[in-house]
Order: sequence, then C-alpha cells, then structure tokens
Amino acid sequence: MRFLLIEDNAKLASAVTERLTLDGHVVDHGPDIASGKDFIATTEYDLILLDIMLPDGDGRDFLEEQRRLQDETPVIVLTARSEVSDRVTVLDLGADDYLTKPFDFSELEARCRAVLRRRGGSGTNQRHIGNLTFDPQAGTLKVGDRTTTLRAKELRLLELFLGAQDQILSKAKLVDRLFSYEEEVSENAIEVYVGRLRKHLDGSPVSIVTVRGLGYRLQVE
Amino acid sequence: MSDKAVITGSIRRRLTFRLLLSSALLAGLLFVIVLNFAEKVAQVSQDNILDASVTSILESATVLDGEISIDIPYAAMAMLGNVSDDRVFYRVTVDGAHLTGYEDLPRSALQANERGRSYDTVDFLGESVRMATASRLLARGQRPIHVTVSVAQTRGGAQETLQEIWRNAVYLGIGFFAVAGALAVAVAQSAIDPLERLAASVSRRGPQDLRPVVAEVPREMAPLVEALNRLIGRLQITLTRSEDFMAEAAHRVRTPLATVRAQAEIALNRMDKPENRASLNDMIHALDESSRAAGQLLDHAMVTFRTDQLEHVPLRPSDLIAETVRRLQPVAGLKDIAITVVAPTDLRVTGDPILIQNALGNLLDNAVKYSPAESDIAVDMWAEDGACHIQVSDQGAGFPKGAGKRLTRRFARGSNSQGTVGSGLGLTIADEVAQAHGGRLELEQNPEGVGACVSLVLPLS
Repeated sequence: MRFLLIEDNAKLASAVTERLTLDGHVVDHGPDIASGKDFIATTEYDLILLDIMLPDGDGRDFLEEQRRLQDETPVIVLTARSEVSDRVTVLDLGADDYLTKPFDFSELEARCRAVLRRRGGSGTNQRHIGNLTFDPQAGTLKVGDRTTTLRAKELRLLELFLGAQDQILSKAKLVDRLFSYEEEVSENAIEVYVGRLRKHLDGSPVSIVTVRGLGYRLQVE
Repeated sequence: MSDKAVITGSIRRRLTFRLLLSSALLAGLLFVIVLNFAEKVAQVSQDNILDASVTSILESATVLDGEISIDIPYAAMAMLGNVSDDRVFYRVTVDGAHLTGYEDLPRSALQANERGRSYDTVDFLGESVRMATASRLLARGQRPIHVTVSVAQTRGGAQETLQEIWRNAVYLGIGFFAVAGALAVAVAQSAIDPLERLAASVSRRGPQDLRPVVAEVPREMAPLVEALNRLIGRLQITLTRSEDFMAEAAHRVRTPLATVRAQAEIALNRMDKPENRASLNDMIHALDESSRAAGQLLDHAMVTFRTDQLEHVPLRPSDLIAETVRRLQPVAGLKDIAITVVAPTDLRVTGDPILIQNALGNLLDNAVKYSPAESDIAVDMWAEDGACHIQVSDQGAGFPKGAGKRLTRRFARGSNSQGTVGSGLGLTIADEVAQAHGGRLELEQNPEGVGACVSLVLPLS
C-alpha cells in the first residue's frame, strides 16, 4: 500500500517510514503541507498520515481543504493534542481516525487496517436478517439493540457461514479458512469460536447448528 | 474563593428612604404653612367683623345738647353673635374716661394703625379675647373730644375653625406624604431599572458567552459596562492563552516522546539478544508510562478547564458510546477483545459531548487495558430514577477489595495494576466529568463473575 506521511519531525518520520516499509508498504514523506500537496498532485495514496502542527500551517486546515476539494483519501491524524483540547474534533473535519502521540506501531497498523476496511466497502455490504444486521466493514453485529464488535476470527467465521448458508462446514475446513499454516490450532479452537459466535447471535433468527460428526450449518428461522 | 458580593445596603432602599424623608419634611412644611395661613385668615376675618362692629358703634356716637349720646346699634352686636356663640364685650371711653360697657376691659396697648384702628389679643376674665379699638373725634362746643370704642370677643369660634383647619392640614400633610412616598418608590425603581436589566443580561449568559455586553444603559452606567467589557476581554485572552498553552505543552512533550518511542520500537525489531530486547521493552514501557501520565495530566487540566465553563448540548448517549467503541475497536482487536453494547437510542442527556466522550473513553480504555486477551467487554445503558446509567464491565482482575472510591482520587491506582500502563487519572477524569454534569461514578465488582464494573451515571434531560 502507498502511504503519504506529512510530519515535520524528521526523526519520528524516519522511524514511522522504516516501520511501515518493513511491513511492505511504500511511504512518501513530506515535512510540511506544501510538500504534502505536491505529493498528492502527482500520486494517488491509499492513506494519509497527517500531523497537526506543521511549520507552514495547521494540518486541520489542510484536511478541511482536501475534503472540500472532494478528495476522499482516508486520513489518520497524528496529533500531540488530545481530543479534549479542541472544540471541533478532527473527526468532525473529515478525518477517518486519529492517533495521539506517542503511539504504538501495532496500534497505528490496527487503525490503518480498520480505516481501510471501513473505506474498502461501499457500506452497502450490510446483511439484514430479521432483527440482525451484520456490517462486515465495521466488524459489527447488531441483534435488536445489542451491538457487538466482533473479534477478527469471529468476523471471518460469520462471513464464512453467511456465504455458505444451509451448507455443512466441517471443522477441518473452518480451521483451514480461519488460520494460516504457521498457526498450530486444534479443531477444538473452532468450537470456542463457534460458541462465542452463538452467544453473539443469541436472540436473532440466525443460529449455528451442530451436525453431528460432520460439522456446522447456519440456519435461518 | 467565594463569589458572593459584599453587600452594604441597597441603592433602592437608600434612594427610597431619602425620598421618603424629603417628602416627610415637605409634608411637615406644607402643614405648617397651611396652618399659619389659616390662622391669619381666621384672625383677619374676626378682626374685620370686630372692626365693623366698632365702626357702627362709633358711627352712632353723636353730640346732643353738649352731651355724648351713644346708641349701640343692635347690628353691632348681632353681627358678632352671628358668627358664633362667643361672648362679646365692649367699652366706650370719652377722652380716656369710662362712659359705658366693661370698664375692666384692658386698654389697647398698640398704637392705632393708619386707619385709626388697633387690634390686640388680650386676656380678660380668664379668657383670651380679640379686641378691636377705634376712636373718633367729635366736636362738643368749641372743643374736640375723643370717643374711643373697644369691642372684644372671645376666640372660641376662631379656635374651633382653626382646629378644623388643623385637622384638614394634617390630612393634607398625610395625603401629600402618601402620594410623594408612592412616587418615591416608583422613582427609586425606575432609577434601579437599567441596573437590574444589565445585571439580568449579564447573569443570563451561558458560561461560554464572552461577548461584550451591549445592553443599552444610561450615561452614568457606561463606565461600569465599559469596565465589565474590558474585564471580559481580558478573561477571554487569558482563557485562550491557557488553552493554547495546554495544547502547546502537549505538543512539546509528546512529539519528542513519540520519536523516542518509535526509534525504540525500530531498535527492538533489529535486536536479537534477549537481554537487550528486555531492556528496550522496559524502556518502551517507561516511555508509555510517562507519555500517558503527561497526556492524562494535560487532559485532566483541560477537563477541569472545560467543566468550569460547561457546555450544555442535548446529546444522545448511545451515539457517544457507539463513537467511543468504534474508536477503541482497533485497540481491542489487538487483544482479540469483543465489545458488546446494549444502548437504547431514546435516552437523552444534556452536557458537553467532548467531556462525556472523554470520560467514556477513559472507562473503555481502562477496560481494554486491564482485560485479558480474548475476553469480553460489555457496555450497557439504561434509565433508572431519572438518571442514565452507562455501565462498562470487563473480565479483568477487577478492583482490589475495599479500594472503592479511593480509585477516583488523583494518581490512585489499584494495588493489582502493576504491569499495566496507567496514570491513575482516568477514573479521576471520569469522576470529575460525571460530577460536573450533576452525576456520579460508581465502581463495583462485575456482578457476573470476575472483573471490574464502572458506571457513569448522568441525569436524564
């Protein structure tokens, strides 16, 4: 993926760049708003990481201008200010998320992933079954007035079940689809995830039934 | 600091009192003048009648065959009798010698006035009488003779009239005082009116309203309004400065920490030796501690600053919860934590959205931090006794026994919180936000098994 990092602190920028490059991303670094605009004019980015206090202006003004110009490139604001400091939050200005300095790289990555996943779908991928609403982009499952933010594995599992409605899915197949080769998991782990998913689905017309000896099947009442 | 003013008297009361005092003095003066005037009028009218009586007696004096003859006309006494039941005395002297009437009637002490009349008030037979005296020259043979006539009348009738007038003058005085008093109260009120309008327009303002006062005021109050506006201006500058200062301080502290942390993490990635990795991990942990403390301290300062001038916006807590959960979801995802929210969308509270969200953020952040991997966090909201309860429960270690409210104090941390990055300010901030909104923070053990359970209770609007 291609990132644009607009950050005036050179040392922080190089550390972030190094880390993201290590993960296989391409990072362009602009030390101020002007250079950031130059980069945007020539290249299309998947995500912009934007500092707020920049030598040639306020990152929020840049963000506002981008949104006004209909540039919908996802933006994560890296700020040293806390959310309480500002009467208008960066989210109100059109940022997808923000991260308070100093930050954890794993949190930065998690937030990038979450933003890209949200932005990836058009938002129409929601599934409605009775009182159940499943939003794979947001990773949420809503049953009645109970909203659950699903764990990554639960999300994948539900997607698998909903994609293969009324089909029997064996534990082995589920392990295969949920875990990578490096992960050593027993088929019992699947039982744990199915158990949790059942709890989340409680009260909805959707249930996961056990087919003895064969695996599981998603059933809609 | 007390915001009570030191009160010394009241302008309205002082003004009313002074105006009432003036009207009382004026009423008294009016009373005295009326009484004086009435007394004079009564005197003059009695004098006139006495005068007429004296004149008619004098007119009747003639010289017949060298003798003085006085035929006192009936009218001379009747005109006096008509006025009242007062007793009447008279005396006629010829060249100083008594001729007829009451000989003891005192002689006039006064010189005859230009018309040859004099009036006296004298005591006679134990009563105060008014006496008119006049004389006339008659020719008896070759020699002129002086005939002097005095007519006196007791003053009962005049006194009665005076008393009547006195009573009326008292009524007049009281009436005048009453009308003037009512006017005084009205005048005092109308003088106070612009002051009260100004006070109302200032006190009606919201805490955030730092615009200059533009109320229309009389010229005398202009310096006060100008001084007030200058004060508001200075306050605004100070507030903006302290806000800027806190933001700037946060920036100055956090940016270098971010650099150090990022570099440390990079170094950790390149490091293979376990003992080096351990020290780098410790370093990162310490960095997190200090940056968290710095951040929370500044947040705490900002929360205190904002609660001083609390915004009151109608809010839907379910939206704030959804937003907070959405923000924390990537962090929760790192620990494979699922967050379940049950929040009815029909509840409303009034308050500062950023503060309430910050309080919720602190509660959820705590829950994520202290929860073991792959656990569940539940956020429940319900209405109870006119309050909106927002409960965050986790499956972590919970609060140490008996810690209770102590944990909402600044920098207080649970005895079982070692190893987790924290500043001891999260619950303090949440508690202060709750109290600023007229609510409270409740800490208890998760009733469904292990873990902590924190409730933010806010009054429903």
